[in-house]
Amino acid sequence: MLDESAELSVSITQIVQRLKGTHLHSQLEKQAKECLHKPEIKLETLKDDVRRLLKASGWERKLQNAVYRELHILPPPGHPRAPPEHTKEPLAYMCKAQVNWEKRILKSLNSMCTELGIPLARKRPVPEQKELTNKWNEMGTDEPDLSKFRPVYAPKDFLEVLVGLRNPNNERSEDLTVRSHWGLIQVSLNVRNIPQMREMYPELGLTFGQLGIDDHTHVPPDLFESEHIHIGKKVVSEQDSAAAQQYSRQGCPTGLRAQLWSLILNTTNDPEDITHYEQLKARVIHHALLVDNLIYKDVKLTASNDDYYFVFEDYLYQVLLCFSRDTSVLEHFNYNSATPPKSCIQSKSGSEQSAVVYPPNGVIPFHGFSMYVAPLCFLYNEPSKLYSVFREMYIRYFFRLHSISSLPSGIVSLCLQFERLLQSHLPQLFYHLREIGAQPLRIAFKWIVRAFSGYLSTDQLLLLWDRILGYDSLEIVAVLAAAVFAFRAENLMEVTSLASAEAVLADLSTLKMKESHIGLELPEGALYSKDPYFVQAAFSPMNFSIMHDPRS
Amino acid sequence: MQVVFLTFSLTRAPKPQPQTWTGQHEKFIPAGILPCLGLSCQDKDCTPYPRYNTTVPLRDNYPPRQHSSLNPTSSVLRTLDRRHRTRREGRNCIRYRCGLTNTIQDVLNQRPGWVEVKEDGDWDFNWCDVGWLRENFDHSYMEEHVRICHFRNHYELTRKNLMVKNLKRYRKTLEREAGRMEAAKCDFFPCTFVLPSEYHIFVEEFKRSPGSTWIMKPVARSQGKGIFLFRKLKDIIDWKKDGSRSEEQKDEAQVESYVAQRYIENPYLIAGRKFDLRVYVLVTSYIPLKAWLYRDGFARFSNTRFSLSSIDDQYVHLTNVAVQKTAPDYDPEKGCKWQMQQLRCYLTAKHGFETVQTLSKEIDNIFIRSLLSVQKTIINDKHCFELYGYDILLDQDLKPWLIEVNASPSLTASSQEDYDLKYRLLEDTLHIVDMEGRLTGKEKRVGGFDLMWNDGPVYTDVGLEALGSSCLVANTHLGCVNDRQKQLQQLLKPFPGQKKT
Repeated sequence: MLDESAELSVSITQIVQRLKGTHLHSQLEKQAKECLHKPEIKLETLKDDVRRLLKASGWERKLQNAVYRELHILPPPGHPRAPPEHTKEPLAYMCKAQVNWEKRILKSLNSMCTELGIPLARKRPVPEQKELTNKWNEMGTDEPDLSKFRPVYAPKDFLEVLVGLRNPNNERSEDLTVRSHWGLIQVSLNVRNIPQMREMYPELGLTFGQLGIDDHTHVPPDLFESEHIHIGKKVVSEQDSAAAQQYSRQGCPTGLRAQLWSLILNTTNDPEDITHYEQLKARVIHHALLVDNLIYKDVKLTASNDDYYFVFEDYLYQVLLCFSRDTSVLEHFNYNSATPPKSCIQSKSGSEQSAVVYPPNGVIPFHGFSMYVAPLCFLYNEPSKLYSVFREMYIRYFFRLHSISSLPSGIVSLCLQFERLLQSHLPQLFYHLREIGAQPLRIAFKWIVRAFSGYLSTDQLLLLWDRILGYDSLEIVAVLAAAVFAFRAENLMEVTSLASAEAVLADLSTLKMKESHIGLELPEGALYSKDPYFVQAAFSPMNFSIMHDPRS
Repeated sequence: MQVVFLTFSLTRAPKPQPQTWTGQHEKFIPAGILPCLGLSCQDKDCTPYPRYNTTVPLRDNYPPRQHSSLNPTSSVLRTLDRRHRTRREGRNCIRYRCGLTNTIQDVLNQRPGWVEVKEDGDWDFNWCDVGWLRENFDHSYMEEHVRICHFRNHYELTRKNLMVKNLKRYRKTLEREAGRMEAAKCDFFPCTFVLPSEYHIFVEEFKRSPGSTWIMKPVARSQGKGIFLFRKLKDIIDWKKDGSRSEEQKDEAQVESYVAQRYIENPYLIAGRKFDLRVYVLVTSYIPLKAWLYRDGFARFSNTRFSLSSIDDQYVHLTNVAVQKTAPDYDPEKGCKWQMQQLRCYLTAKHGFETVQTLSKEIDNIFIRSLLSVQKTIINDKHCFELYGYDILLDQDLKPWLIEVNASPSLTASSQEDYDLKYRLLEDTLHIVDMEGRLTGKEKRVGGFDLMWNDGPVYTDVGLEALGSSCLVANTHLGCVNDRQKQLQQLLKPFPGQKKT
């Protein structure tokens, strides 16, 4: 094991390495040079004076935010002798499963290609380019025939893969715990139990004020709210990523959320970002990809049919098409257990040099992918801004929801966490559902894979994502999924089939974390007493425990 | 039948009139008809009226029989004195008539203790269409407790030409009495002229602003029928002579007037799409004016992308669901509505809390001014209430514009969500109309309805949020959370004869 200081110095070197040569770096240099012309700079105290000036002009904060961002995406330093793949995924059987899964996806994509006789990529003829340029803002009005295309995979297929995961070390051992046979996930990973979560999420305790969540604090909720908004404005004016992240743990006010999120994610909308976006757009216009059809199909199948998101159809095409061309996304494969798929350029097929990543960003969209973008359309108007926020969200969080890995925020851990929570706190319910062939994960998996996008109403979803950003973890998604079961436990105990259990949980749009409008009465926490299956004490530190479900 | 009835009346004639009889129009009326005539009534306390059986022994504790005519076959309305009956039996059966076959029918049907009456039966509550009102209202006698869902001359506000006439007049009065500033608060409707009568002023105005777009609407039709856009005078001249119009349209054109309205060319767009707002306002009295604003409502999106260049494509411009439904690529599964909460949340996310607050204040202003503009024109009648559907358009600067007011807002639901909204809306409407006598009359909120105007502006009770600020906060919550179920539970006494659950 590395000791702490060595670990730190490794991280510092890595970060310095990464920030060198960035736009920020050159800007900082430029600013420092400009400082030299100022009269208050003295040669004797040059270093301090320049520092002071950079601090005063806000550049130090920008550097801080950039470092903070790097810390987020930096893989934890491993053993110096460990091969680099280990930062992607240390467990061999997980790696293998991921590789096999990727092979399946590619096979499916390839067979679609051959079947339909459509190339993976082609240059658009000039008239088509012109047409697309004109149509850029209304791509949704196009009604291409997509009946032949099918999503490469759906969450359901992915769940089967996860269910099939086995740790070869455990396979022959006879002392499998009773508990591990209960659920669908059969591998043992370390997931937090409730006391550990209490430690991890102190701000979600019942004694803390929560925006968007009914609470039992001594401070009246509306006083808390106006105070919270006040602090939020201050955080925004300070432009401090770390503060914004801490703030987000208690929920962002609707009016400040867009600013706070882009602060947390350190996404700017500088001319460089806009240029980058325009370049991606140009790439979309020049070349057509097979995945474009998959994107079209997915948007049509999901967002366009959604009661809320249908309006944003055009934005979704713009963002997702640009995303597929963005090679800077490839960087996240350094810490993602997945490996970008490669394809060969036709003319020199076979030779290693001609292999290229396909699609250029290395991410093959699946059924429901566009729902990662849809809620963000609620916050950002300018496509370039929307784009950079989405990209950052993806490379920090969303990729974990469809890559097989043993990471604590990875999909396998989330599924396991979900099952464990239900098993330990609602054992009767879990047993009942399992007996009737309605394994809870079969129902909850789709929620988890989409981080609830499209299942919760938008305002509630954004409150949930506040916490994802605030704690830099997707764990809360698993906890919420368990909470949903807890809230509908009474009804679920009465069902006798998977179909009827699904029916009970089909509509989550009425679920409220809390109704958080200024000037309105807040619902009472009266609901606990009614619910015999609900163990308030067990869940009390988690935010879902105070969710308000009008149906119960 | 008449004979039988007279016989029956004679047997009861000597009975003295009850003291509670306070109606204004009644002649001498023999008592004796039981309150509930509906044979389909399931209420066991509600004995069917023994119409043809004169030998039924009469009990002294029967509530007084009341009807307005000696002739039961006439369409004259007979009803019961509710207060009297309630006092006697502690429970009530409300007979309703419903002229529409949509959500309202379900709401009435499922209301505990309410019973539908057949074609000519007596009713206590009538949800009629405006056609029925026109034919029957003036011949009807209504007792005090009876309620009907339109005011006699509701069209003063809901016909496009009359609305504009009333608003213009109101604006003038304000300018004279309160000054220009006050009058400017009425500038929430686009420049509008009634054709053919104001054709010459219209042409003058039209020529003053070359290149602008105008919209032509038939005054009395709804749901986007007969609407078109134009930019050249030639277009409407052609339209006037257009021989290709169907016979039916031609006939109507003889009597039908149109309004020409300046088209709002910079609507607020969400993801490139135009939308308008449908907001529900309930008026229970004009003198004094008492109006309620419903929290829910929706934004209706145009299915296609907005651009002024596609002026011929009326689907782009009209956000009426009725029009959108006929658009070639309309997909009913998709729907094109957002709930008001969704819109408010979106606008707050984009423009901040204060901006949205200002916007809703301006929207309130539209409701109040438009109602005040017809306050003296509408024939106030304590039997009447009216649920208006306001169509509001926002422009790029988030200024709200009044497009039109509907007296019979579409209650046909386009989706489950829409159905639920309308169901809630109508339920709450019935709560406020309060046939069951469950309210005190002093409520500021009933379910999803917030009292907006009660002979003057209504403010929220000073709550914690108002501490520290001395300004008054309007009592309206358009697009805010509608936790009506809970509020109603606290507010309402249980239905007569029902236990609180």
